[in-house]
This record gives sequence, structure tokens and C-alpha cells, in this order.
Amino acid sequence: MKSNNSISKRNDLVRKLALAPYSVWAVLFIVVPLLFVAYYAFTDNDFNFTFDNVARFFTATTSVFDKQGMPKEVHTYLVIFMRSLRLAAISTLICLLLGYPLAYIISRAGAKTQKVIITLIMIPMWMNFLIRTYAWMTILQDSGIINRILGHLGISPIHIIGTEAAVIIGMVYDYFPYMVLPIYSIMAKMDNKLIEAARDLGCNSAGVLRRVIWPLSLPGVISGITMVLIPSISTFYISQKLGYGKFYLIGDAIEGQYAANNLHFAAAIAFILMVILLAAMVLMQRYADKKTCA
Amino acid sequence: MNKIIELKGVSKSFDGEVVLDHIDLDIYDNEFLTLLGPSGCGKTTTLRIIGGFETADEGDLIFMSENINDLPPYKRNINTVFQRYALFPHLNVYENIAFPLREKRESKAEIDRKVKEMLKLVALSGFENRSVTSLSGGQQQRVAIARALVSNPKVLLLDEPLAALDLKLRKDMQQELKKIQKATGITFVFVTHDQEEALSMSDTVVVMADGRIQQIGTPIDIYNEPTNAFVADFIGESNIVDGIMLEDKKVSFSGHVFDCVDSGFKKREAVDVVVRPEDVDIVSEEKGMLKGVVTSVTFLGVHYEIIVDINGFKWMIQTTDFVDVDEHIGLYIEPDAIHIMHKSQYSGMFGDYSSFSNELDELSDVETEIEE
Repeated sequence: MKSNNSISKRNDLVRKLALAPYSVWAVLFIVVPLLFVAYYAFTDNDFNFTFDNVARFFTATTSVFDKQGMPKEVHTYLVIFMRSLRLAAISTLICLLLGYPLAYIISRAGAKTQKVIITLIMIPMWMNFLIRTYAWMTILQDSGIINRILGHLGISPIHIIGTEAAVIIGMVYDYFPYMVLPIYSIMAKMDNKLIEAARDLGCNSAGVLRRVIWPLSLPGVISGITMVLIPSISTFYISQKLGYGKFYLIGDAIEGQYAANNLHFAAAIAFILMVILLAAMVLMQRYADKKTCA
Repeated sequence: MNKIIELKGVSKSFDGEVVLDHIDLDIYDNEFLTLLGPSGCGKTTTLRIIGGFETADEGDLIFMSENINDLPPYKRNINTVFQRYALFPHLNVYENIAFPLREKRESKAEIDRKVKEMLKLVALSGFENRSVTSLSGGQQQRVAIARALVSNPKVLLLDEPLAALDLKLRKDMQQELKKIQKATGITFVFVTHDQEEALSMSDTVVVMADGRIQQIGTPIDIYNEPTNAFVADFIGESNIVDGIMLEDKKVSFSGHVFDCVDSGFKKREAVDVVVRPEDVDIVSEEKGMLKGVVTSVTFLGVHYEIIVDINGFKWMIQTTDFVDVDEHIGLYIEPDAIHIMHKSQYSGMFGDYSSFSNELDELSDVETEIEE
């Protein structure tokens, strides 16, 4: 017993030592910066405690013209936030609609095919994100590849660059692998016997998908949604390049305030965004847990 | 009795390797039929073809006088209990059993009634809301059986359902399965590599090897009248020796002419002779039809298992009389203890105990097979 105890104590120590570098890293580069964000969010330029920055996010207004050309007041940052949320949600939905069937198809393919397709999906991730976005600029431009092909086919050119569609295309392209990979990894682990059992018990293909594959793949779907929604809600580069800066997003707002040296307000926006995303993630996780562990 | 399933000339290959070689099999209503054989013999593939998870390359599958070669599994009134149960981890016990009923959109009250009835049948009442992952192997097994039976199929397929259970539980489940089969009157097609399980549960045993059916019969027929050396060896213990059929009811082997009860062989036909270890009497050397030297004695509780060397061929004998190693003894064999078989591709491969060891036997029993 005694020797057992000392062994387990030693193992404990070894584990702690092994974890130490990571713990230091996590505290230094994750926890401390987050605390700084919170600290800046709730202080003014003289570092006195204040709610003003957070309040400004919810109360600041701007004059715009409505469709009839009449001036009206809108909540600046709430409008920007909702716009970001909308574009991110649309991109996430498209990623899910494209990624889910693809993940399923890959997971049912032969082992070799699986490797090839997964590699193909991951190759773009090896390239820099800025370069990928620039590539899309040249593709989507009015005189870009798409319009040149359309021109050769005798179809009148379409205007994409600088539209919401362009921003969404950019987001979908950049974040698509983050949707496919978690769903695929769940599906690849799924026991084929469960699918056979469902077919045996009266399910056609649609029934198998609805009653077995979908509920069992939910954890993958949730992490896919999280991994696409969060970066796409806070992106600023894609909208600046592919949207020609016409769609001011929450990420642009943070960057703008930061560039204008309004560090405290930039921190407040970042903090609010973080709280909202955290709440959304907790809710989604709850939903997934309820669905998957009956 | 009505034929419920017929396999006619069914063949199947995977990657050029023949797994089933022109199988013909009739399965009757209400019977408990067991497909028995070593791993790789094609028994699981046969089951999967009946279930609809594999399609035969050749041949026909007839279910209630209808060809169902191309009918998908969900349209077959046949359900399966899978080897590792394949319960849905995201559903509780109640919803697992209700699964096929919800697919048919039956009324809430009807579903509730049937699920409760099934839970009672498999002795799991009160487990409705339990998560299936929290159940023991035996309980998961019962849920799988309930789920497969709740929609009242004509045929239930069971793919080595007891292989993952420990010995005691396996014995209990054997009894229970038999009881459930009698109570429901549903045809059971059971796959196993355990000959004892097959003999104790089945109405009909189908012995398979190398993708072919070796013998179909009742457990007693299979044990007493094996058709070839493979069946004789696979079912129970057998001494299988080369013999010559001199005339009807006269056979010569091991240097002695014996009276036997078999007839209908050609004169001087070379045959395989089977003598079960429990059918040999030990007598004094001078009274014996055969004479030999005891080379090993193992005490097994109910009896001794002894190995006797007779002219270099090792016989296994089970006896309650004590004999010692190196003792010279005589063997006496009654005419009806001798079973004559035609020569087959399996002749000479089985039935000699010269390399016999209890430990080795047990080791090979533990091997569980996974046929895919």
C-alpha cells in the first residue's frame, strides 16, 4: 500500500511537471490577455473604473437615411453587430449545408479515398489566409476569371465584388474546412452496425439519416458551427477586401477603434462580443448534450 | 411445416475469395435453426444475405414464396440481433425498443403497450428511462432482443449474440432465448461457432465449413450420424480412423473386424470410422478387441479422459474407471457405437489425438471470431 501511494504521488508530480510548460503558456498568453481586455473595457483613459465604454456600445447612434431618403437615428454598434451576425450566420449555414453531406460521403468512402479528400480539403489551409482572400479578389473582380469565362460563353458579366455575396463567398471558402473536419471525424468513428440496425428496423435512407446519423453527429455539427461562426463573426479582413469596405463589421469596428487609439472602447466591443459568443456556445452545448445523451 | 425462407444456389465472393459456394437451405416456420461452423465458414455471410445487408452474387433468396434478392432490409419482415447489439447510444431503453414502431408511426398508446410487453418478456420492466450505455452486457443483449422482436417479425436473425457474455450468463441466456422463441413462435436463425450452444438450443443444426453446408439435421442426428470427418470432429470429441467396409454390417479397422449397424456401402470401400470417446468400454487386455497403452490420464470431475496408443494411433476415451499411465488395456466397442462415413475431403485431417492437449483446446476455444 505504502509503495503504491508513493508511486501514485510520484506520478502526480510527473504529471504536474509535464503540464507546467503548457500551464505557464496558457496563463501568460490566454488568461492574462483576457484579463487585460476586461480591464481596459471597464476603465477610462486614466484607468478609472467606468461602464461608459460598454454603455457606448449599446447607446451610440448615427444618422442615416432610410429608403424614403428621410434621416433617422440608428444604434451604430448594434446595427454593425447584427450585420456581422447575419453575414456570419448565412456563411455558417452555407458551410453546414455543403459540409455535412460532404463529410458523410467522405466518411463512407474507402480508407484511401478518405485520406485524399481530407488532404484536398486541408491544402488551402496551408496557404496564408491573406493570400487566399487576395486570390478571391482576382477571381470575383468585374474583369476577373469568372466574368471572363462568362464572357467567352456569351453570358453578360455579373457584379460580385463589393457585394455581400462576395463577403459570404470569402467566409465560406476560408472557414469551410473547420466545418467539414469535426463532422467528418465524428462520422468516421460512427459504428456502421448502427446504420445497419436502423435499416433493419424499418428505416429507409432518409430515416437512417434523420433518426440515427444526424443525432449522433450533432457534437460534430456543434463544434463545426462554433468553429465557423466565431471567426466569421469577428472577421474584418474579408469584408474589407471582398466587400470593398462597404460592409462595416464588428471586427472592422474593433480594428477601427484600435487604430484610432481608442483602446478602451475597442476592448469593450471585444469584451461584449466575447460574452455573447460564450453565452451562445454554452447554450448550443446544452442543446447538444440533451440531444445526444438521452 | 411451411418453408419460410429458401436459399437456392446462393454464392458470394469477397475480393475474389469464395465465401459461400452454392448454398441450398430451407428454413421452416417456428423452428430454431442454428448455423454452426468455425470462423470464416460463411455462416455470418449467410445471415447477412438473409437480413439484406449483403447481396448474393448468384442464386435466389425466397421469403414466404417471394423472391427478395433485391429487397432492402427495411422492407423485409426479418429483424436482426447484432453481435455487439448495436443499440442506439443517443436513445434510452424505451426509445431503443420503440424505434421500429415510431418508424411505422404507430399510436402513442400502441407503442407504449408493445414496449412494456417486450420489457416484460425480456425481464427488464422498470428500465425504461435508463441509458443503454449504463447497462451490463446481458441487459444490453435483452434490449437488443426486445427491439428486434417488438415489430413482430416473421424471422429473427441472431449473429453470435452470446459471444460477448461470460459463461454463466451465456448459459442463462441460452435458456431464455429458447423460451422466448417458444413463447413468440418466431423463427430464429442463430449463428454460432460454439457446438454445445448449437446442440442445446436448436431444432435444426446446419454445420458449415469452407463456404459449404456439410450437414443439416437435428442435434441428435448431427451428433450420432455425422456425414463426414469434419462434422464428426467439430461436434463433440471423436476418434476417426481409416477402415474398410468388408460387407454390410462388417467393418475392419485398427487390425480387427467389427460388427456394426451401417450398411449400403460398396464391398471393400475405404471409409472413415467414428467412435465417440464415451462409447468405448475398457476391459482387460486379453478380452479387448483392441489393445493399447495408456499415455495420459486427465481427471475431469464426472469422468477421466484418457489417451490410449493403439498401434501408433492415439484414441481418446472417456471413462469412470481409473486406469494408470503405461497400463496395458483392452478396448471393447459395441456395434451401435461404430459410425461409418464415406471418405471426404476432410478424411485424415481430424480425429487423431496424438497432439491433443487440454490447454491447447481451451486456448482455441477462447478465440473469438470477428467475421466481416
